[in-house]
Amino acid sequence: MLPFVLEKAKTAEEAIAAAAAGARFIAGGTTLVDLMREEVERPERLVDINALPLADIRVEGDVLVLGALARMSDVAAHPDVQRIQPLIAESLIEGASPQLRNMATIGGNLLQRVRCPYFRMLDAPCNKHEPGSGCAAIDGLHAGHAILGTSNHCIATHPSDLAVALVALDATMRVSGPQGERSFAVDDLFRLPGDTPHLEHTLLPGELIMEVRVPAGGSSRRARYLKVRDRASYEFALVSVAAALSMEGRVIRQARLAAGGVGTRPWRLRPVEEALIGKAPDRQVFEAAAQLAVREARPLPHNHYKLELLPRTIVRALEMTGEVA
Amino acid sequence: MTTGVIGKPLPRVDGRAKVSGSARYAADFNQPGQVYAVIVSATVGLGRVTDIDSTAIEVMPGIIAVITHRNAPRLAYDEHKSYIDPAVGERLHVLQDDRVRFYGQPVAIVVADTLDRAERAAAALNIAYEAERPIVDPLERNVEPIVPEAATREGSWVHADSSRGDPDGALASAPAKLDEAYDIARENHNPMEPHATVAAWAGDRLTLWSKSQFVVNEQAEIAAIFGIPVANVQVICPFIGGAFGTSLRTWPHVTLAAMAARQVGRAVKLVLTRKQMFFTTGHRPRTLQRVALGAAPDGKLVSLIHEGSGETSRYEEFIEALTNASGYMYSCPNVRTEYRLRPLDIGTPNHMRGPGEASGIFALECAMDELAYALAIDPVELRRRNEPAIDEAENKPFSSRSLMKCYDVGSDRFGWANRTYEPRSMRDGRLLIGMGVASASYPAYQAPASARVRLRADGSAEVEVAASDMGPGTYTSMTQVAAEMLGLTLEQVHFRLGRSDYPPAPSHGGSWTMASVGSAIRAACLAVKTEAARRAVVDERSPVFGVAHEEVEWVDGRARRRGDAAPGPSYGELVTIAGAPIEAEASSGRDPEIAKRYSMHAFGAVFAEVAVDPDVGTIRVRRAVGAYGIGRVVNPRLARSQCTGGMIGGIGMALMERTVLDPRDGRPVNAHMADYLVPVNLDIPMLEAHFVEEVDPHVNPLGVKGLGEIALVGMAPAIANAVFHATGKRVRTLPIRIEDVLSV
Repeated sequence: MLPFVLEKAKTAEEAIAAAAAGARFIAGGTTLVDLMREEVERPERLVDINALPLADIRVEGDVLVLGALARMSDVAAHPDVQRIQPLIAESLIEGASPQLRNMATIGGNLLQRVRCPYFRMLDAPCNKHEPGSGCAAIDGLHAGHAILGTSNHCIATHPSDLAVALVALDATMRVSGPQGERSFAVDDLFRLPGDTPHLEHTLLPGELIMEVRVPAGGSSRRARYLKVRDRASYEFALVSVAAALSMEGRVIRQARLAAGGVGTRPWRLRPVEEALIGKAPDRQVFEAAAQLAVREARPLPHNHYKLELLPRTIVRALEMTGEVA
Repeated sequence: MTTGVIGKPLPRVDGRAKVSGSARYAADFNQPGQVYAVIVSATVGLGRVTDIDSTAIEVMPGIIAVITHRNAPRLAYDEHKSYIDPAVGERLHVLQDDRVRFYGQPVAIVVADTLDRAERAAAALNIAYEAERPIVDPLERNVEPIVPEAATREGSWVHADSSRGDPDGALASAPAKLDEAYDIARENHNPMEPHATVAAWAGDRLTLWSKSQFVVNEQAEIAAIFGIPVANVQVICPFIGGAFGTSLRTWPHVTLAAMAARQVGRAVKLVLTRKQMFFTTGHRPRTLQRVALGAAPDGKLVSLIHEGSGETSRYEEFIEALTNASGYMYSCPNVRTEYRLRPLDIGTPNHMRGPGEASGIFALECAMDELAYALAIDPVELRRRNEPAIDEAENKPFSSRSLMKCYDVGSDRFGWANRTYEPRSMRDGRLLIGMGVASASYPAYQAPASARVRLRADGSAEVEVAASDMGPGTYTSMTQVAAEMLGLTLEQVHFRLGRSDYPPAPSHGGSWTMASVGSAIRAACLAVKTEAARRAVVDERSPVFGVAHEEVEWVDGRARRRGDAAPGPSYGELVTIAGAPIEAEASSGRDPEIAKRYSMHAFGAVFAEVAVDPDVGTIRVRRAVGAYGIGRVVNPRLARSQCTGGMIGGIGMALMERTVLDPRDGRPVNAHMADYLVPVNLDIPMLEAHFVEEVDPHVNPLGVKGLGEIALVGMAPAIANAVFHATGKRVRTLPIRIEDVLSV
């Protein structure tokens, strides 16, 4: 690990000022410290934001508000979260391990780096740690990599489960920076790799995530998160799907779907949603709609199976929305 | 003389030390003035180091030494091979030349005053290579199998070729037959405790606090490498945080720690990173196998052909008993086995729990299940119909064999009768349920071992053996043996292990520790009792004064004349009279005549139930039952724990574990515990282990067969067969993954 300077911020203003001057925020540290030990991350200055009053979990009207510093485990266990947005709780419980969930924060979760093995190896080319150096995964081993949103420069999947749920639920986020506050959809936080895979999000220099806001909808109760993987816990998704249906009798009025493990960013499945609206929640309907998810997929030899696994996971997640969570 | 502690389900005598943190592992033995060494691992998979520029890091704060092949001392590397080292080939000579033989090979060490500084400098060391493309996939063209030379030698425990009858002819004319190929991934051991060595020289004497399953061999190996007398090296390892075989051999990091310590004149601590544990500390070799079975319509085998090959390095021929069990597991007149090696640009593999048998029996037992389905016979019934009366490969009787009893007990506890035969015929809601079964076996070995017992004035006994305890409970079981033999309580016995200056023990692996070390302790206890009896009969105050010492027996730690009720002196009293501890050392080993007369193996029957999600292909083991015939069970609680661990290892082998190498440069791409999957708690269902009553008077004086290996063997094929039963899909590669069962 390279030497670094650690400072502690007492207020958001202090933290933002430090970050604007080049410091990196550190909260749970579950991604950052891990990567610093590998020297993949090499910050010279860290600003510890754990003392900021941003760990609140509350309900404002019918909006669930998650402070950026709320721990994954606290959010998952919170009665309001389980009552109003069980999908959020389910996606959090499926992520990481209990030890990591106790440390990792909501803001950090959204900004976690990719899980591509080559990204974590300094002796492999990677356009994320050295733009222009090439991508070792494209011609290498990529069974876990993305089939959607890839470019010739990067095929790494976004690793967050929570982000998939938030994107499906049209959550927004409030950020604060040197130029003041702004709010935008969580969906707009993530960039596609294109030819700049080292740029992963749309935050401006010094901007700090303050909170995430999840609007309630008619579909909140019929919402499930299905994560498919080879072991039962502590593994990133091969494919995951957040699904929420809003019904009017036997007709789907609104559908919200997003997938993880398949895209270079959390992947909202709008064509699938549109194909479901106005239909009955039957398996044949689900299957036909799910096929639309992979229409634009670009599989590689080792992740070809995701072409089949993604639609199947969508179908199963949709069926689960009709079952008791 | 019997206190009845053998056979009791006692808790671990070292349990408190382990859970309270007072048990000291290799890396805990910090030494005064200690400095830290970090290995720099090659980042190419084959080639040469052309340049190392250490000028920049040598001036970094705290850097004490940078050792590369250019400035490393030329080490003696005297001839030394134990049975744990490959018999053919030569061990890696570390930092002795510029060759890179595999990805991750050590190419330098950096020594600094703190670990941080050593790591930092190691990461910054500039090394230039001339790289070639390594061959790391045994399925690549041009990878020619070779005959393992050691397996052609007279008396070898692994046979390159064996044959009886006319297996190819019988296969051709068999009414029912199958011929299938199996591919098992490379696995790395991944124990919790990393490899670690603290090395300290005093003149030309070296002390190593080093994670080892074989301290006397580490002593001899390091002495040979450095060209110093064996007596000048002391290896200390009282506790092991799991090993599964990875610490049987002495790997290059031990040499590097000792080399660095001598170079800098201070004690050096060297701990491998998790990533480095995928490089130079062995692995279960990837294996490719073919099994062909021919049978009569009633399921009686008429032909069994088992061909297999394992990967090895280019500099050593690592062999394991891949095809042995196919010779004796079933009755069959026509059998051929063939074992080959495929040398690749990788580090040398080594033994990993259930070595050889775990992989070979997987292929055999999956093929047997396939045969059962080809003939519409219940898989358990098929095994019954092929139960042999003797070991037909060796043409001699088994010392004991309880496989059918294991099937009785296992079937009953598992509820095999409730299984419906047809694949895809069982469901729980929408989940496909499958039940599979497999036989397991592992040889009951015994190796020469020695033990020392010292009786003390306070009535206690000290027992010393250079043995190891990687988790099975050696501390506890050996304490039980000594307590039983001496008629003492457990608290009165102080058993010590893990020092190379104790009487020698064999490697702690191959399921022979109980048989070997236990027998040695038994012999040493008998010897010390004889010695104490000699003292007792010459003591005028003793009720046994003048009695022939052979007439003395010991009851609850007191001497008395055989058949006489009057208690005589205790051990402690005799020691007090003698004025010095009474001590005896004894050795034990297997009677070669017994080995000539009997085939000695443990057997087991393993049952597993899986649930497969028909939509998304997830496979979960829901429960498993193993029934084992392992002779005498010294401690049922420890034995069950050992079985549970082995079964979990089998779940890993079946569904998760594989080290993935990038074909371009041979790098393991998943050298991380988040990416190399082993089962987590949520993957582990109810596991049951049962031990059938088995008295084996031949195998060794304690009647024990060993358990560590067989606990893993059988689990993977039982799971694979259960996956077939659930889905109707036969997967012949391990691990079985979601994508393998997706289109079912």
